[in-house]
Amino acid sequence: MTGAMIVTDEQRTDGSGSTDGSGAADAASVPATSPATASGPPAPITLAKALNLGLHAAMAADPKVIVMGEDVGTLGGVFRVTDGLQREFGEARVIDTPLAESAIVGTAIGLAMRGYRPVCEIQFDGFVYPAFDQIVSQLAKLHYRSAGRIRLPVTIRIPFGGGIGAVEHHSESPEAYFCHTAGLKVVACSNPADAHQMIQQAIRSDDPVIFLEPKRRYWEKSPMVPQPLTDLSATATEGLHRSAVVRAGRDATLVGYGPTVRTCLDAAEVSAADDGRSLEVIDLRSLSPLDLGPVLDSVRRTGRLVVVHEAPSNVSVSAEVAARVTEEAFYSLEAPVLRVTGFDTPYPPARLEDHYLPDVDRILDAVDRAFDF
Amino acid sequence: MTELMQLLTPGGRRITQASEATSPAADTALAGQPDDGRGMTATEPDAADLDLPALVADLTGADLVALYRDLLLVRRFDEEATSLQRQGELGLWASLRGQEAAQVGSGRALGPHDMAFPSYREHGVAWCRGVDPEAILAIFRGTSLGGWDPDEHGFALYSIVVGAQTLHATGYAMGMARDGSDGAAIAYFGDGASSEGDVNEAFGWAGVFGAPVVFFCQNNQWAISEPASRQSRTEIFHRATGFGFPSVRVDGNDVLACLAVTRWALATARAGGGPVLVEALTYRMGAHTTADDPSRYRAADELERWRRRDPLDRMRTHLVAIGLLDDERQRHLELEADTLAQDLRVRCRALPDPDPAILFDHVQVTDNALVAVQRAAFAATSGDAPPAGGTASGDGTGIVEREGAVVAGERHGTEEAW
Repeated sequence: MTGAMIVTDEQRTDGSGSTDGSGAADAASVPATSPATASGPPAPITLAKALNLGLHAAMAADPKVIVMGEDVGTLGGVFRVTDGLQREFGEARVIDTPLAESAIVGTAIGLAMRGYRPVCEIQFDGFVYPAFDQIVSQLAKLHYRSAGRIRLPVTIRIPFGGGIGAVEHHSESPEAYFCHTAGLKVVACSNPADAHQMIQQAIRSDDPVIFLEPKRRYWEKSPMVPQPLTDLSATATEGLHRSAVVRAGRDATLVGYGPTVRTCLDAAEVSAADDGRSLEVIDLRSLSPLDLGPVLDSVRRTGRLVVVHEAPSNVSVSAEVAARVTEEAFYSLEAPVLRVTGFDTPYPPARLEDHYLPDVDRILDAVDRAFDF
Repeated sequence: MTELMQLLTPGGRRITQASEATSPAADTALAGQPDDGRGMTATEPDAADLDLPALVADLTGADLVALYRDLLLVRRFDEEATSLQRQGELGLWASLRGQEAAQVGSGRALGPHDMAFPSYREHGVAWCRGVDPEAILAIFRGTSLGGWDPDEHGFALYSIVVGAQTLHATGYAMGMARDGSDGAAIAYFGDGASSEGDVNEAFGWAGVFGAPVVFFCQNNQWAISEPASRQSRTEIFHRATGFGFPSVRVDGNDVLACLAVTRWALATARAGGGPVLVEALTYRMGAHTTADDPSRYRAADELERWRRRDPLDRMRTHLVAIGLLDDERQRHLELEADTLAQDLRVRCRALPDPDPAILFDHVQVTDNALVAVQRAAFAATSGDAPPAGGTASGDGTGIVEREGAVVAGERHGTEEAW
């Protein structure tokens, strides 16, 4: 039943996947990782397609890369992120698995021990919990348990977050569970160009990576030139764990990741137009390890920080950012670090999700509070 | 209809006719086990056609004595580990007593290209795979979490979360098939783990993909305090039918039958026949671990009944009966076992606490800035100060006894200041 409410690429072609009225991605405000070509500006493609091209490139580059998950083969995934991969690489490398999340991760561990580089898809965020033991107690710990003898280059792709009008368990933000676990790397992409590079870097990583995909941004487009990762060495993954300033500003700093980067950019746009404020926006990209260098640099200039995510606030990524920024940039702060997050409730029925999800108004309210101190 | 595959009767008589091996004599009915008459069905033709005696017909007299030697040395190692725990040298020990035949029989069926995925009680399989017992003691002493190279030994690390390893074995087996390996994987688990979702996911997955994996269940009758009847309404080996692959139930205290059945199961898997489930009926003669008290949940006479089925006694009786073992050879083997135990005792006591700095090693393959900061801070603050005194305690609670604490009635010396 999970595929029924999914809006596919074919159905939605205007590039607008947002629920907060942001419209198509602003090419000027995404990271300049898409080089222009001699033949003119690159064509806009969706985040889902960018991931698809990244997976294709990774599979073409390394025969040990295999994709496994529910409906990833013939169907191409419920979000079509793996569309066409099985046709191209065959059933042996793009595996439609039984509906058994623990087994998807558990057998990926065994395959990785055998020298393979599995890319697992967990169909929806709320379905990852049956695999929790295999991720947290096995995947995350075997390198340590084996004193470095075992390497598990496993990527676990999880479409996460809300905003698609889904039924329960299809809109969650489980990142904090995994960030809390030593041995895992956790990243979240926010735009097509990043998604394309980051998925390839995650697959090249010799450590397990939880790869979070902002499902309500799958159909947002931005210009991008597909770029296969040619460097297959470990150093190719270095950029994966760097945060990025995606809009420069002077007056306050907004930090988001995944789906809320777009929301932060929209908020900055409105703030500039309505209040004349210059807000800097930083995309964390990597949630574990965190790259707080750009955040600290920014806060030292602006003195004000608002962290935005869909996940509930209690013991969350924003809590970690707030703690560490307070520790390392205390004397630069003009106001406490403020947070705009999902509420500490279960994810609500879809007709209420617009109230639950951080939006431009809530972000700007928080900015106002930061200036009121 | 097969109640229980057997090649040695509890009285030590070797069974040579296939019909008898798969339809054993009345005196082999398991003490204390309900004889429900259920057995293998016609849907498991491979197993039903098993010629058990033929599978071990190649064994020479020396091979038989070698199997007995394995049983004896593994038991002695296990006894020594229990003693070391009682004396405060190990934090905990999970004894394999009673399961030696299941482990040695199956372990000696493995070839160099096979890969075993143990739970945490497979000390006998580890022995067969050439893993230094010291590495296993180190885990229970608390100086290491692993300690051997899985690739070198064809023996994965212990898995303490029961059942999790069956999925690793299944995935590894899929990789073996892809690589054209001539090996198979074998996953060890128990009657308790058979209730875990992972084991059932592994059964389904391995069946669907035809993975070359043998699921070797040591049904030792007890999951800490819960009897096997609390885990399954049906016999565990019957479950394979529902997942679409063959299974057998073997007398887990019969080292020859375990060797024969596992040879067959591995050959089936290696030849592309997909997974096989082996249920080895055996008995955990000791406590679950040294932190457990089985007198709270099982009667003494049950242990007594199983003592009469002791896997070592059975093989010894057989070897004596056929003239391969006399008193002198027995004394020689016992001396070898004592030497092994003494050596292990010395090496175990000499195992130092690890350098605290390794706490931060191998969290990930690539550097993690947060861990690096914590490592540096730890190094700066710990300086030359010794680690917290004392060694792991004997109660399995993870509470560290301070130096000089009285453990199991024996003063634990402080002079060995690690």
